Amino acid sequence: MAEPMKIRATLQGDVADVRILMLHPMETGQRKDAKGEIVPLHFIQSVVVTHNGKTVLDTQWSQAVSRNPFLGLRVKGAKAGDKIGVTWVDNKGDKRTDEVTVTPAS
Amino acid sequence: MNISRRTFLKLTGGAGAFAAAFAAGLVASGQAWAATWNKAGFESKALVDVMRSLGATEAVESKDIIITAPDIAENGAVVPVAITSKLPNTQQISIVAEKNPFPLAATFDISGGSEGYVSARIKMGQTSDVWAVVKADGKYFTARKEVKVTVGGCG
Repeated sequence: MAEPMKIRATLQGDVADVRILMLHPMETGQRKDAKGEIVPLHFIQSVVVTHNGKTVLDTQWSQAVSRNPFLGLRVKGAKAGDKIGVTWVDNKGDKRTDEVTVTPAS
Repeated sequence: MNISRRTFLKLTGGAGAFAAAFAAGLVASGQAWAATWNKAGFESKALVDVMRSLGATEAVESKDIIITAPDIAENGAVVPVAITSKLPNTQQISIVAEKNPFPLAATFDISGGSEGYVSARIKMGQTSDVWAVVKADGKYFTARKEVKVTVGGCG
């Protein structure tokens, strides 16, 4: 099972600054392991970010996104206590969903 | 199944082989999420093909797109790239690293609730221009910035 994501959603005015860190190897299919065998492609293909259940960002990724991917975005019209949900799906069909609430700026 | 499928694809290589495999039913279907994934774009090896797959062949340069990326990236495996689009009604942002084996790194579809801003980290094989392709109000705009890579991150 995939590792949980680290998500932070901080309110700045009426915009939520969302930072997501996913734990994933993001193999390019070009790297060779110690035995000289090619490590097969394994990468997150799609990430969907929702704000109170409504999709605000729908991303498609290739293997060129770095290992343990970072994604930053800003959601308009957010309030403290709003829910930000993130779901990723990789090319092997593995997926993970996590949710956080928007916190006021400290 | 998946591993052997990937290995098979790697060995045969190329989009043509993939199409053949698909036709032969070797590739598992029924994965709904794969339907929207821009396979043609992500498997393109040249910038012009990527632009075509995005439908952005007639894109014009815009000063309203800001690419935030380092001038020199010491580690090509982790190049932070942020793209800010000040164009009204920004619908989509793509990040393209021109000289990567597969240039198209990511596409972000923006719905009403988020700003024209995305930030991510990508891998770069060598020094190259990084392109931002932005779709705003149905039209395509581009911007680019050169990033020098000291150690490539695609190996």
